[in-house]
Amino acid sequence: MEKKLGVYICGGCSIGEGLDLEKLSLVATKEYKVPICKTHPALCGEEGVSLINQDIETEGVNTIVIAACSGRVKYDVFDFGPSNIVERVNVREQVVWSHDWTKQVQVKTKDAEGKEEVKAETKPNEDTQMLGEDYIRMGIVKANKTSLPEPFLEEFTKNILVIGGGITGLTAAIEAANTGYDVTIVEKNSQLGGYAARQRKQIPTKAPYSELEPANIQEKIKEISNHPRITIKTGTEIARISGAPGMFDVSFKQAGTKTKWDVPPPRKKEEETGEAKTEEPVELPADQIKCEDILTKDTDAERFGVVVVAAGGRPADPSEFEHLGYGKFANVITNVMMEDAAAKGKIIRPSDGKEARTVAFIQSPGLNGDDSDFPYCSSVTSMISLKQAKYVREDYTDGKAFIFYKHMRTPGVYENFYKSMQNDEGIFLTRGEVKGVTENADKSLTVEVDDTMIGENIAVNVDMVVLATGMVPETRFDPVINLAYRQGPAFKDLELFDGYCDSNYICFPYETRRTGVYTAGNVRQTMTNGECIEDATGAALKAIQCLESTNRGMAVHPRSGDTSFPEFFFQRCTQCKRCTEECPFGALDDDEKGTPKPNPTRCRRCGTCMGACPERIISFKNYHVDMIGSMVKAINVPDEDEEKYRIVAFVCENDAGPALDMAGLNKLKFSADIRFIPVRCLGSVNTIWIADAMSKGMDGVLLIGCKYGDDYQCHFVKGSELCNKRMDNVAETLGKLRLEPVRVQQVQFSIDEYNKIPEVIDKFVKVIEGVGFNPMKGF
Amino acid sequence: MAHEMSGAPVSGILVVGGGISGITTALEAAEVGHEVFIVEKNPYLGGRVAQLYKYFPKLCPPACGLEINFQRIKKNRNVKYFTLTEVEKISGAPGNYDVTLKETPGYVNSNCTCCGKCAEACDVEIPNEFNFGMDKTKAAYLPHEMAFPQRYVLHPSILGTSAAQKCKDACQYNAIDLDMKPKTFTLKVASIVWATGWNPYDAKKIDNLSFGKVKNVITNIMMERLAAPNGPTKGKIVRPSDGKAVQNIAFVQCAGSRDENHLPFCSYICCLASLKQTTYIREANPKSKATIFYIDLRTPGRYEKFYKKVKADTNVSFVKGKVAKIEEDASTGDVLVTVEDTLAGKKLHEKFDMVVLAAGMEPSTSAVKVPGNAKYDENNFVISGEILSTGCVRKPCDVMSSGQTATGAALKAIQMLGRR
Repeated sequence: MEKKLGVYICGGCSIGEGLDLEKLSLVATKEYKVPICKTHPALCGEEGVSLINQDIETEGVNTIVIAACSGRVKYDVFDFGPSNIVERVNVREQVVWSHDWTKQVQVKTKDAEGKEEVKAETKPNEDTQMLGEDYIRMGIVKANKTSLPEPFLEEFTKNILVIGGGITGLTAAIEAANTGYDVTIVEKNSQLGGYAARQRKQIPTKAPYSELEPANIQEKIKEISNHPRITIKTGTEIARISGAPGMFDVSFKQAGTKTKWDVPPPRKKEEETGEAKTEEPVELPADQIKCEDILTKDTDAERFGVVVVAAGGRPADPSEFEHLGYGKFANVITNVMMEDAAAKGKIIRPSDGKEARTVAFIQSPGLNGDDSDFPYCSSVTSMISLKQAKYVREDYTDGKAFIFYKHMRTPGVYENFYKSMQNDEGIFLTRGEVKGVTENADKSLTVEVDDTMIGENIAVNVDMVVLATGMVPETRFDPVINLAYRQGPAFKDLELFDGYCDSNYICFPYETRRTGVYTAGNVRQTMTNGECIEDATGAALKAIQCLESTNRGMAVHPRSGDTSFPEFFFQRCTQCKRCTEECPFGALDDDEKGTPKPNPTRCRRCGTCMGACPERIISFKNYHVDMIGSMVKAINVPDEDEEKYRIVAFVCENDAGPALDMAGLNKLKFSADIRFIPVRCLGSVNTIWIADAMSKGMDGVLLIGCKYGDDYQCHFVKGSELCNKRMDNVAETLGKLRLEPVRVQQVQFSIDEYNKIPEVIDKFVKVIEGVGFNPMKGF
Repeated sequence: MAHEMSGAPVSGILVVGGGISGITTALEAAEVGHEVFIVEKNPYLGGRVAQLYKYFPKLCPPACGLEINFQRIKKNRNVKYFTLTEVEKISGAPGNYDVTLKETPGYVNSNCTCCGKCAEACDVEIPNEFNFGMDKTKAAYLPHEMAFPQRYVLHPSILGTSAAQKCKDACQYNAIDLDMKPKTFTLKVASIVWATGWNPYDAKKIDNLSFGKVKNVITNIMMERLAAPNGPTKGKIVRPSDGKAVQNIAFVQCAGSRDENHLPFCSYICCLASLKQTTYIREANPKSKATIFYIDLRTPGRYEKFYKKVKADTNVSFVKGKVAKIEEDASTGDVLVTVEDTLAGKKLHEKFDMVVLAAGMEPSTSAVKVPGNAKYDENNFVISGEILSTGCVRKPCDVMSSGQTATGAALKAIQMLGRR
């Protein structure tokens, strides 16, 4: 599109008081020869907006630079439709609200008698004016360098693949199918139903949440078997999933077999950050089938748009708790074994089939005051013990159940269930520490318990002991999804959650690092049947949402709706593989030469690849290396004799950016030597921008991004952390240029820390003042 | 209003409540491609979580997730929202509802630029509701810094006074309209999701815990504001009676919850909230000590790690026992707590600078029912049915499960769109 720029400068909200608008206009009209530049005392008012609309209509303005408030506000007022480019320049929060408008200068004058005297005079603050002018320059340059994105559109399918035929998978499949989508459900066992089909009864799923409910999984199996939109594949596993959302090619295989479409072992020790490692050939055992490379196309594969993973888990082995006698005494069993037995008939003890009329349930294995429940349990195990205690009571009128716990975990509405079980006179609930389980001659067991609430140590003789063990997520053992991705077949970050493929985001519980692959149920967290059903319904929504967004050429979370995507200028690619390795979402697969193969629908548009690329060949239509580099170069750097420092700061637009706005709103003041450039994520910061700044003569570069580490807050998972790693190289480069490494620093910043903005900035300015002016200034 | 209504919609989803659950339901449905309306009674979206300092277990700021969600709203033309608005009447059935909405005047229109001149001119102060009355704000105010939409409101109490006129005169953008009247309008929607959240249980009703009588007894939600950098004390944890830095603090669990006389259910979040709040005080006042009085510590699943992390701090101690009595030491303002330590089997009398009651969550529908055909459980939580429910008005839950149920509710709402 042929651009015609219009620059509109608002004088409202004190902008006109703090800045000389005439001079600002001259930047546009004289320096950049912008054909149209207007000022208005309240641009966001009806009159101001119609002024712009008029220019769009009569003058053909299509690229509008608005110097006013932050782009986070009045976004609807300054929306001129999808065919016009709008660039917001924040001269309110980041200029006049956070900087002094005037300053006191000492002026020598002569009084009436001709005597010299020094008078303080108030003058407009030239630093604030220079700041405003620089932002106008950057805004115009950015508007010149941007273009409207064109969505990535292909022939996409809308079919959904659900992995796992337990209660979660069945629910996800039914819910998606009932919304109008075709679903295939894959189960590795020969039967659908999973653990839910092995239950005698289920923990209550509906109000009043006080009584056990009949297990209703068979109804779901029946519903799914007759559903016209659902295809069932039992005894089947995933060999590989290749491709990307909207175009996943899935190779199925018979469960337990190996095929050439299994995902080959990663070519090298996969390291998502840092330098490319040398490739070491992987030795194949003689009996292993050679797997096809991940980029080889399986012509028999079936195409799906998205994947829901509901692979569930496996019962944890409690053998490590030797004092409880599991594996040693036949009548010490786990809650899963108990459930299987209860589903078959009356509860009997394994050693001899004798009726188990008294049963002890152990909630917490810990000794010496350790009050943790069993590994991989959740509140679910408390409720399973209560449920199974009830089985004992159902089977035997004189049955007795003892539950020994450290904390009875029946959160929320499940308290009703706890209360109703407490009312059963045959269920004895005691807080206590189980010292040990011993076997008697008749194979009965004695459970010794200390620190009970009745204030004494007790020993109870029982027919059977049930351990409230947890469920280990399947993803702890197996990648399940077997993605034919260069970054490897499994989910990322599993170690953060002990093998669960859970979300790190409290606000966004379904986010994974594999776009278009959503998880639900016990593979995410240990859940009750009721919770699995709710979770599966949400996962089905996310899957459908991803399908629809992909079909519109739009990104999913967190830049939902974004139609830009990275484009590669391959002629200049040096096959360094950094983009493939650093993408937090595994969006790129490189071929045998190392050339990246982009998968736009896997991309979340953070720009980490763009930041990683040393050849700077990756760009978005509206966000690229040249754009930001040119903005840096547009900043006016005063000569050394003017004694003014210039610092550029790259700021995460998600957290640090809004924090800057809040600092402005609170009229917090900070140095006018610093210019902020918002970036999609610090991961997108290309080190060339730092070189640009330094060679332009700027004295320092600050990077403000999210907190990283295990509790990372980066919306793109790794951006701020990757940026920090790249800074090591920058420090080295600066050293070579005889520039002090302290000139470039990164700080971790949360959105609510806006009151610390002045401190952070002024501290950095002090550091720069300490090392002095950039010696390259003026070259 | 950012998106003024342009004619009555023929189909769409109405989400009542603009907290984290409502926003999530709305956005998840809108990003599938459906038209969604959010109705919120406050002048801002964000609900209860906007008042929290940090989330457990990550100890990250709620504003971070809200900001992303507001960005999603700003970019999505499918989402329209109405603040200061409540549902007055619902008629019809799934697939075809007629909803009557009532907008209360905030006396500030969309011309507001948030320049703050009205607040500067306003000479009347009112108790700051956002901070539970722990400080004051001007009667022309921005509810809080991160408020979305970013717009001032005038408190109705100054209407007709010279203060209101001063505010109006100070505004250069013709944004203050003192003649604004309540407005009633209707919407046609296919499905309705109730997401009106929860209220802190009124701790005054728990006689023996002396909230409202002993000055230095506060509730857990007040503690969130006290610790927040934008709170009444700018994040300094000091006690209300004399502003003294709190060094010795107690948390009383199940203040109202798991109690037949108050809330018979468990409120799900209070154990974790208190564990989280021990980190606030330990960080703010490094010499401080905290004690948690509990019945059971409910830290299910992944929260167990967080409990262990807090437990590793030797300045945080745990006593199993229900607090029997709270009194004031009149001379010092200290708080005297009587509790039965059930493990040691003895009665304890302990003295603290301040006591935080882990007050439970009551569904908002305990106070205000759905003006339509909704079903409730025995504790007034809304059972999801023809009118769908999500988040804490559906069951006591944390933010993560609110997000889960909200996402599921979005699908259920979409499924109703086909019905007629």
